[in-house]
Parts: sequence; C-alpha cells; structure tokens
Amino acid sequence: MTWALDHLDEIFSLAGQHAWLAGLPLLIGLVISIPLGWLATRKASLRTGLLTVTGLLYTIPSLALFILLPPLLGTKVLDPVNVIIAMSIYTIALLTRTVADGLAAVDTSTRQAAVAMGYSTFGRFRAVDLPLAIPVVAAGLRVAAVSNVSIVSVASLIGISQLGYFLTDGYARSFPTEVWVGIIACLLLALVFDLVIQLLARVLTPWTRVTA
Amino acid sequence: MIRFEGVTKKYGDGSGGESIAVNDLSLEAPTGRITVLVGPSGCGKTTTLRMVNRMIDPSSGVISIDGNDTAELPLAELRRGIGYVIQHAGLFPHRTVLDNVTTVPRLLGTDKKTARRRAMELIERVGLDPDLAKRYPAQLSGGQQQRVGVARALAADPPVMLMDEPFSAVDPVVREQLQNEFLRLQSELGKTILFVTHDIDEAVKLGDQVAVLRVGGTLAQLATPAQLLADPVDDFVAGFVGRDRGYRSLQFAEAPELELTNEPTVTIGTTASSVRAIGEPWVLCVGDDGEPMGWVRAAAVTSAVARDLLQRGGTVASTQGSLRELLDAALSSPSGRGVVADADGRFVGTIRASEVVPVIEARQQSVAAREDAAAAALHGEAAPA
Ligand SMILES: Nc1ncnc2c1ncn2[C@@H]1O[C@H](COP(=O)(O)OP(=O)(O)OP(=O)(O)O)[C@@H](O)[C@H]1O
Ligand SMILES: [Mg+2]
Repeated sequence: MTWALDHLDEIFSLAGQHAWLAGLPLLIGLVISIPLGWLATRKASLRTGLLTVTGLLYTIPSLALFILLPPLLGTKVLDPVNVIIAMSIYTIALLTRTVADGLAAVDTSTRQAAVAMGYSTFGRFRAVDLPLAIPVVAAGLRVAAVSNVSIVSVASLIGISQLGYFLTDGYARSFPTEVWVGIIACLLLALVFDLVIQLLARVLTPWTRVTA
Repeated sequence: MIRFEGVTKKYGDGSGGESIAVNDLSLEAPTGRITVLVGPSGCGKTTTLRMVNRMIDPSSGVISIDGNDTAELPLAELRRGIGYVIQHAGLFPHRTVLDNVTTVPRLLGTDKKTARRRAMELIERVGLDPDLAKRYPAQLSGGQQQRVGVARALAADPPVMLMDEPFSAVDPVVREQLQNEFLRLQSELGKTILFVTHDIDEAVKLGDQVAVLRVGGTLAQLATPAQLLADPVDDFVAGFVGRDRGYRSLQFAEAPELELTNEPTVTIGTTASSVRAIGEPWVLCVGDDGEPMGWVRAAAVTSAVARDLLQRGGTVASTQGSLRELLDAALSSPSGRGVVADADGRFVGTIRASEVVPVIEARQQSVAAREDAAAAALHGEAAPA
C-alpha cells in the first residue's frame, strides 16, 4: 500500500499512457469496422470473406505483431505507433462482426419502410440502420475495450511504457506488490472504459429506455 | 392513375428453375379511388404492390403512374411521391412519433418547423392524441402505431398510396375503427390508393374496385364490390368471396323510401300500467332526444321501465341506409320489428323483414330488366357497324 502511495505519480502517468494506447485504437477500429461491417451486410459472399479474415486477425499473437510491425511499417521498435496499429487491428477483428450483426438485426419492416420512403442507401444507413445498431455495437465495444486494456500490457516486453511495466518490473524484482498494483490499475482502467462506453450508449439511445 | 400493362414477376427458385409470382397482370387503379388487391396467401399481392415503387423490379411489362413509366423515374423521387403503409407499421423505433411523421418531408427538404407543424395536424387528423407526438413507437398500442404509419405515409401529401395489409395486425374492434377512419380520411383526401388485404370483407368494405388474384399471380376478376358479390366469374372467386354473399351484397343496395310503421314508445320511468296499456308483448324505449335505447318485454316490467330491463341486441337502421341495414335491424330485433332512425339518430318507425323482402325481390327484377336493356342497347349499337 505504501509502495503504491509512494509511486502515485508514476502509476498515473503510466495509466495515462495505457489509456491512450488502448483507447485511441478503439476509436480507429470503430471507424474502420463500421464500413467493413456494412459491407458484410451487403452480400452473403462478402460477409463470409470479411468475417473470416477479420476473425483470423485476432488469433495473431500480440507479441508477434509488436515485433513484426516495425519492419513492415518502417517504424522504430520503440515507437508507440506500432502498439496503436496492432491494437486497432484487434479492435477491427472484434468489431466487424458486431457491426455486421447489429446492422442485420434491424427489423425488416422498419428497413422496408425506410426503403419505401426513398432513402438513399447511405442515407438509410446513417439515419436508420446505424443508430438502431448502437446497442449491439456498444456491447462489442465494451468487449474490445477490456481486451485492449489487457493486451496493451504485453507491450512492456518490447519496452513501451504503460501499466504492463509494473508486471514485468515487479516480476523481474520478485516484488509481488508491484505486480498487484499493475493488475489492479489495469482492472480499474478497464472499468473506466466500460463505464464511459455504457454512458455514451445510453445518451445516444434514449428510445431504448422507454418501457415497451 | 396507376396502370399495370402485362406485368410479370418471376423469381429464380435457386436451382435454375423459375417461379411466377405475378403473371401478365393488366390493371388500372383510377385516380382518387381505392383499388383493393385481394387473394389467398402467396398470390402475389405484396409483389404487385412493391413493383409500383420499385422495391421489386418487374421481369417484364410496364407500370405507369399518370402516364409516366415508373422505370424511367429516379428512384428516390418516385418513392418520395408514394405513401407506403405496411402491416406492422414499420415505424422507426429510434424516432419519436413526430419525427417519424416528418421523415419524408425532411427528405424532400422541407424545413423542420414547417414539417413539424404539418405533422402535428396530421397526427390529429388520423385520430391520435397530440400528446403522443413526443413518444417513441414502443410506447404506443398496435392501433396507435398503425395510425402513425398512416400519418407518416401522408406527410408529404403524396398523390399515390400503397397499403399492404395495414389493418390486419390489430384486433377486430380497432380494425373496424381504423377502416372507418380510413374511409373518412379518403373522402377528404381523394388519394389514388392500392390496398392489399387477404380479407374479402375488408376488400368489399373499402374498395371502390376489387381485384381478386389467384395463386400463380393471375387476375381472376376486377369488379366493383357489388358486382363481385353479385356475379363472381368462376368457382374460385365465388369460393373466395364466400358464404352470405347474397345477404352481404344488400349493403350496396340503397333502401328506397319505405312506409314505416309508427310505434308507441316508452321512456325510462314509464309505469308498468302504461306499458301494459299499449297491449304489445315488446315495447320500444327511447331516450330524451328520441333516440332508440332498446326493447322492453312488457311482462317483465313490474313497477316502471328501468335500464336493466332493456334488450339492446337489435341493430338500428338509418333512413339513408342500405337494404342490408334494414333487414338486419328487423332480423336482430327481439320484437321482429326493425328500428329505423333518421340522420340525427331519432327514432322514426319500424319495419318487418316481411316488408323488406318484397323490396329486395322487386330490386332483383329491376336489375335484371336493366341488364337486359343494357345488353339490347349494346347489340343495337354493334349491329349497324
Ligand atoms: N424474394 C423472393 N424470392 C423468391 N420467391 C419469392 C420472393 N418473394 C416472394 N416470392 C414468392 O412469390 C409469391 C408471391 O409472394 P407475395 O409476397 O407477393 O404474396 P402475397 O400475396 O403478398 O402473400 P401474403 O398474403 O401471404 O402476404 C409467393 O409464392 C412467394 O413465395
Ligand atoms: Mg403479402
């Protein structure tokens, strides 16, 4: 406990790093997954292809990705951009299917009414399908957020500072307190992400709160 | 006018073969009128409807609206000019009632304020409480949702409306209300309407003309409701039109001026002795404004006529009503004397079934005579050519 209090500054600064490395990819991944998920709902063949490929991305071990990306992108090994890109890939892997499912779950009669009213394809997507998919997409986003927070900690193995540093450092120094501080800080951070996403979804979907 | 010329829709059955949903359909839905498409499940009603706004493209044939081939109009423009109402309303769950109704005007570029003002008018016009405007669809009953669906389809004041079983998902009482209000609305608005139902009673009630389709998507008969009931072209249509069609067809026969029988009436509180003085086993009780309330069995009155003694089973015919109303009033009356009221609902007299039947028979003879005359005129015209 005293160790944690003595190192508060460091905990907060690493937590900030961690939040950045896990959070920004969440946004990037979401922005990319939405059109991908939409494409997947357009055609059955596209759906199978896209969901298989994005699904497979998630099986690439994170350490391998952190190591492979720099030569591929021409970035430095210690550049946090590598982590951001890797985490974006994982987010896309998780979210594309969710977005596709959310869009497909829109009620048939609602969709037909929109078509009959003369919405353009994009207009309907923006005004009807996407807002109605928010609850499903938000659920997927919560999973991705937790997954990102946990995977980012691995990046300390290649020397990028974030909360994972407490795990590797604590392990190297055989100092369990530090490991525990790292674990708890990660948990709290994941919780904050989860709450923020839930709150946003709530604000964006007032119609889901009325009693049917 | 919506015009179908030789319209066919084929679907691939997935194994190289084809199935025909609509077969060589030619049909005109006149401007300002309700044309009902009716037929058994799978006969191609929905397909026919959706080909009009090109949610489905015909395999061959031409559909035109007021002479313009729909295939040549820009999709969005075509659809925004056609109101579309479907079975479960298909409201947008994420938009309030008001925002649902303003959808098409907003797509057409009407400013928000104007669109909302007009939407509020429409919401009231379809019989909804204006307070509901702020609610989400999930907070409405099925009947209310359906009304919103109608208001939404009407919002941009389209000349053409397509309605696919709009009233079939609500209970019979609400359905009847919606049908009556729909007819009232149509009498004010005069839209060109294609209306799909599988309920022949609804078709006959709402249609200015009725198109009966058979499975395979062919047109079996196109006729006015009265013609359809009186003269089904074949066994399929006859079977589909159903039983009681002789009786039901009387609803299209306006009753002539009939001699009604005057009837002594009582009111709530009339004493038993006055009731018995009339000397009839059944006496009619009327309210303060002369409106018929129900029949009372004289023998059941012990002290005075009271509300709980009234038998209310009898229907009331109006002086402007159909022969069906008159006959039904007579048949449903416990006394055998059908109650007739004027346009203000005041009791004017009674009539017996035995008095209505001769009118029906006389009418059948005059219809036959008129058809003979029409046929003769047709031959007379054809002869010199
Ligand atoms: N997308 C499709 N692919 C293949 N066949 C179809 C398709 N849509 C409709 N059909 C077939 O076309 C026929 C007509 O269908 P349609 O939906 O027009 O019937 P309907 O008269 O509206 O029936 P219901 O009263 O049950 O609504 C049916 O046999 C149906 O199976
Ligand atoms: Mg149908």
